[in-house]
Amino acid sequence: MQLAFFGGIYNNHIALKTAIADAQQRGAERMFCLGDLGAFGPHPDRTCEIIREHKIEVVQGNYDHSIGHGLNDCQCGYTDPRDNHFAQLSYDYTLANTSDEHRAWLRTLPTEIRFEVDGFRFLLCHGSPRRTNEFLWESTTSTPFLNKLCDDFACDVILGTHTGLHWQRTWDAFPTCSNLTGTSEACPTITRSYINIGVLGRPENDGTTNVWYSMVRTGNDAGAGRSPLPWKVEFIPLAYDHNQLAREMRAEHLPDEFIETILTGWWTTCLEVLPSKERRRGQW
Amino acid sequence: MIANTEQLPIVELGSLDELWFQVAGTRCNLACTHCFISCSPHNNSFGFLSFDEVERRLLESVKWGVKEFYFTGGEPFLNPDMVSILERTLDFGPATVLTNGTVLKPEWLEQLQAAVQGSLYSLEFRVSIDGPTPELNDPIRGPRTFERALRGVELLVQHGFLPIITMTRVWDETEDDAVLGQFRNLLNDHGYDRPRLKVLPRLQLGAEATRTCGYSAADRVTAEMLVGYDTSKLVCQHSRVVTDRGVAVCPILIDSRDAILGQTLAEANRSFAITHGACATCYQFGAICTNPSSGSAFKPMTNDQ
Repeated sequence: MQLAFFGGIYNNHIALKTAIADAQQRGAERMFCLGDLGAFGPHPDRTCEIIREHKIEVVQGNYDHSIGHGLNDCQCGYTDPRDNHFAQLSYDYTLANTSDEHRAWLRTLPTEIRFEVDGFRFLLCHGSPRRTNEFLWESTTSTPFLNKLCDDFACDVILGTHTGLHWQRTWDAFPTCSNLTGTSEACPTITRSYINIGVLGRPENDGTTNVWYSMVRTGNDAGAGRSPLPWKVEFIPLAYDHNQLAREMRAEHLPDEFIETILTGWWTTCLEVLPSKERRRGQW
Repeated sequence: MIANTEQLPIVELGSLDELWFQVAGTRCNLACTHCFISCSPHNNSFGFLSFDEVERRLLESVKWGVKEFYFTGGEPFLNPDMVSILERTLDFGPATVLTNGTVLKPEWLEQLQAAVQGSLYSLEFRVSIDGPTPELNDPIRGPRTFERALRGVELLVQHGFLPIITMTRVWDETEDDAVLGQFRNLLNDHGYDRPRLKVLPRLQLGAEATRTCGYSAADRVTAEMLVGYDTSKLVCQHSRVVTDRGVAVCPILIDSRDAILGQTLAEANRSFAITHGACATCYQFGAICTNPSSGSAFKPMTNDQ
């Protein structure tokens, strides 16, 4: 099975279209979006239309919840006044330009999707399984914490987005059989993973203009027998017509700071929420 | 999870996301006039934690799924084991150390930067400076502390760290923008071109109660105030702090008689009545002790606003 995962779209309908074609060409059998259709970019209705037209399975992000319910802000979870200022500009624009019909649809989206592959339980969420807008940064998320999420939410593989930066970690959990059989004998190792699938909405603060999505392959498509895991993740850098996106953003009078990010690949806003390891990789 | 028994504002430990270490006890080379636990060179009410004690707690923390570790005092870098404690912690998860920045040594920072390079995790330094001028800072933190702390910031930046400058709001809230702008310019002038800033509310405890005033009887959280309130904003809903006297409910209340909840993390996994004046500050501002990368709390709402 080949599964394509798209993270925060942030109204980047051009990257979304390009990603769908790319994923189909690579053989994707199912496509998922892990939420935050709006923000940052232009013409929010276009993203909703593309997602619905292609029957992409969607998890509700904090943005989708806010736009759907007409809340006052995006619930992104920023704490810095400048970050909140820019977040509010894109939120107000997205709310004003999303049709009532799409808003009603956004309200109906589930906060998680689950499925099983070869006995491994997958859980798809936006931020974390316990909180839609929780930031799981690579450098501030301990492995024992991820392991506890898997315990608490009865799953083996968690996929999320929300931070805008892709990463993954795989670890071996060592439960005792007391959990399973009432004895305290050591049990076989269980392999678990957390995968942040990245976002299509804006580049990854690395000075390149491409955005990212993820393909997960399972069973024979994962190279069964050769790989120790029954799944394999590939992070895919996606080039798209970012100049066209910038032109549309200018025409919609979106902030120059956002356009600069699309054209340079460096984040100019929402920086204060980054931990130091991730912050040091950027220019600002 | 809120229990309403006896009309006390009870908060359960939801999940142990942050484990704090009172690693320098109440010992500090400074004696700031607003310190909520009155730390000073002579305050020995809490002592240092040893490397072995911290390591034991780190091992104990694994099954609790702790997400991040924080180190405070007093001044953590008075503890002779501090560098090796931070190195070991980075094997378990991300670490943040709250320092006054005045005693840092280049060789420690070299060692710690090497540890960060070899770890999955971030090491954050939070340096306390209470205003963008010596005139604002020094009367509170002591003579020449402004200059010395800035030197500490320069050292950290030279060693590849991005310290978070943490300031207690000793000015009026309406002046925040001006003060933060002044701070950014100052730090730029000292070679820190992307300053990270965090403002903390004053906690009217300890020395601060003498400097200005303590909490009044009206500054209290009631059980009614917790109805419909997102308790994940409260530090005690997701943190505990290891001290040399046992595990306490939060880093702010360690001096309070009811703060020590047990000797192990398991014993400290019990509810707490947030009946202190400082609990009202935590209730009002939320997430005051954690880093900005933790974000703000959120619970989905179902009604239109």
